[in-house]
Amino acid sequence: MRRETIHAYLLLLPAVILLVAFTHWPAIETLIDSFYATPHGGKPAPFVGIDNYTDLLDDTVFWQALHNNAVYAAATIPASIVLALLMALAVNGALPGRTFLRLAYFLPTMLPMIAVANIWMFFYTPDYGLFDRVLGWFGGGRHNWLGDSSTALPAMIAVAVWKEAGFFMIFYLAALQTMPTDLREAAALEGSSRWNYFWRVTIPLLMPTTLFVLVNAVINAFRVIDHIVVMTRGGPDNATTLLLYYIYETGFRFWDTGTAATLTVVLLAILGLTAWLQFGVLGRRVHYR
Amino acid sequence: MIRRRHLLATAAIAAPFVARAQSARKLTFYFPVAVGGPLTTIVDSLCAAYQKESGVEVEAVYAGDYSQTLIKTITAIKGGGGPHFAVLLAAEMHSLQDQDILVSLDEIGLDADAKKWLSGFYPAFLANSHADGKTWSVPFQRSTAIFYYNKAAFKDAGLDPDKFPTTWSALGETAAKLVQKDSSGKVTRWGIKMASDLANQAEQKLMNEAGTEVYFNQPKTIEAMTFWRSLADKYHAAPDGVSSWPQLSPDFLSGNTAIIQHTTGNLANVRDKAPFPFGVAGLAGKNSPHTVVGGGNLYFFKHATPDERQAALRFARWVSAPERAAEWSIKTGYIATSPAAYDTPALKEFIAKVPEANVARTFLPVATGELSVHENQRVYKVLTDNIQACLNNTKMPDQAMADAETEASRVLKPFKHA
Repeated sequence: MRRETIHAYLLLLPAVILLVAFTHWPAIETLIDSFYATPHGGKPAPFVGIDNYTDLLDDTVFWQALHNNAVYAAATIPASIVLALLMALAVNGALPGRTFLRLAYFLPTMLPMIAVANIWMFFYTPDYGLFDRVLGWFGGGRHNWLGDSSTALPAMIAVAVWKEAGFFMIFYLAALQTMPTDLREAAALEGSSRWNYFWRVTIPLLMPTTLFVLVNAVINAFRVIDHIVVMTRGGPDNATTLLLYYIYETGFRFWDTGTAATLTVVLLAILGLTAWLQFGVLGRRVHYR
Repeated sequence: MIRRRHLLATAAIAAPFVARAQSARKLTFYFPVAVGGPLTTIVDSLCAAYQKESGVEVEAVYAGDYSQTLIKTITAIKGGGGPHFAVLLAAEMHSLQDQDILVSLDEIGLDADAKKWLSGFYPAFLANSHADGKTWSVPFQRSTAIFYYNKAAFKDAGLDPDKFPTTWSALGETAAKLVQKDSSGKVTRWGIKMASDLANQAEQKLMNEAGTEVYFNQPKTIEAMTFWRSLADKYHAAPDGVSSWPQLSPDFLSGNTAIIQHTTGNLANVRDKAPFPFGVAGLAGKNSPHTVVGGGNLYFFKHATPDERQAALRFARWVSAPERAAEWSIKTGYIATSPAAYDTPALKEFIAKVPEANVARTFLPVATGELSVHENQRVYKVLTDNIQACLNNTKMPDQAMADAETEASRVLKPFKHA
């Protein structure tokens, strides 16, 4: 082996050890565990092949969690990205009180999710919560936002978008700030409209940022469940149960480790597939300078 | 050096008899805080008092609410460590046995004296402690569901604030009268908000003692579910949908709801904060009042050494002695666990001052244990999901209870043959 190669591997070693110990090995272990039943009372877990997976097909809560998560992802990802871009464009220009606005937009990101969830619990309180009061001025009635199956999931989505958009805004803002001004001047000379400039120049130049933000948004749609734990615990009647929350419940509330491992494999597969789609398909169409 | 050894020797002689008789000197236990308040300081002062008396250091670890404490305890023990004993929900007995981490009191060793001590508790508090002919837990912070009601609201609805309804139909009608609307027809005060299941009020048990069977689709259970829903759609006294448990207290204190069902553990809080005169009453029943007792018991764990188990049991006996139980009840609002505690001067004096504190106790003769089966958390989820579906009008009561029965029976199937 060449000296440089050995050096390169040595330099990579610390990162590789950490990745293997805390990411790859647990993932493989989980995959193995998913072929075993849950052990009972000190006896070793029996091998059950793909039984855990076939059981999952009959599990209505699993399908509902999957469906909820799909709706949740399909709503939070585009909404938070579009909102982030709009906010970044708004505070990018030279307008008075710009710093204050930037700070205001970024504030939700700085709060821990647990605190955010508790604040929003108050917003959603029926009768005398913030939303019901404001709606009351316009003749609105009582809304049991979190206690009604039809509004509980949208309520969770709103919290997630509110929390996440500010974070993504920072990346868009940074990208906008580094965008060379001569492009705008050149476009102005050519007589290009603002809309055309935005659509043909700004958006393509923001694509690397968008890809990065998208990857984060997708991961967060499956990863962040703190607000579910605080606000609804997956209820009412599983209306807000997301996949990760269901894993937590199965693993640590019911101690059904076999099923929990199986669910985790499903989640890993979903995340792996989306990562492949993002980097493999979208990544090739992104123009890096 | 010599001097220090000398000091130690004197200390050992001066320590009370109990301390010298045992070798375990340090114990750890996990406890939950379910309703807030200065509970942690009260627990710490109990431990300090015990150390002074016995020389045994008891470290109390605050571990979150009941379900977090349960999760942390099991996780820690499975990881090879964990507490020597813990305060966990009385209803978790069967599922803790599933985990194979408990040791029964009988195995730790009960002499005649200890047996007498156990028989001193209110029988209702031991309802969730027996299985396989053994005793598995000791009553500690026990509570029961009661109604808190707004006397001012009763007065302006033209009701007698000193007479609380005792049957379901009377409760429904009373609650309907308590509803207040503004000129646009919007409700400004709800009559009632309920929180937990009512089956036992129809004199229906929800499970067998072995914890292997549930009775969710019995006619009386369905009737209870029907009544609960009727509060919203027949009496229009409660809002549609699910009311969240943490929200009930603020709803009551802000005057948004005239009657709430809550735990006795909330009494101190309501007494501090209610800006209006309030009353407490036992739960109404279908025909007559009935209630369930909930709350936490002390459980002892298998992984402790025989010495540590004995020491833990000694602490349990010390902490449940009448004077301590009385003090605990006064400071927290939990029901004292033995009749003897209610004979102590401290508690007698307190009840004379705060008569509400006595209401829950008078309902103990009509109390039963909470739903407690194997795979308890899972069965609770099945029941809760279906109750929520029913309150949200996506399932009719009979459908919801039938689904709950089918699903729970599926979960419990492996335990039936064991």
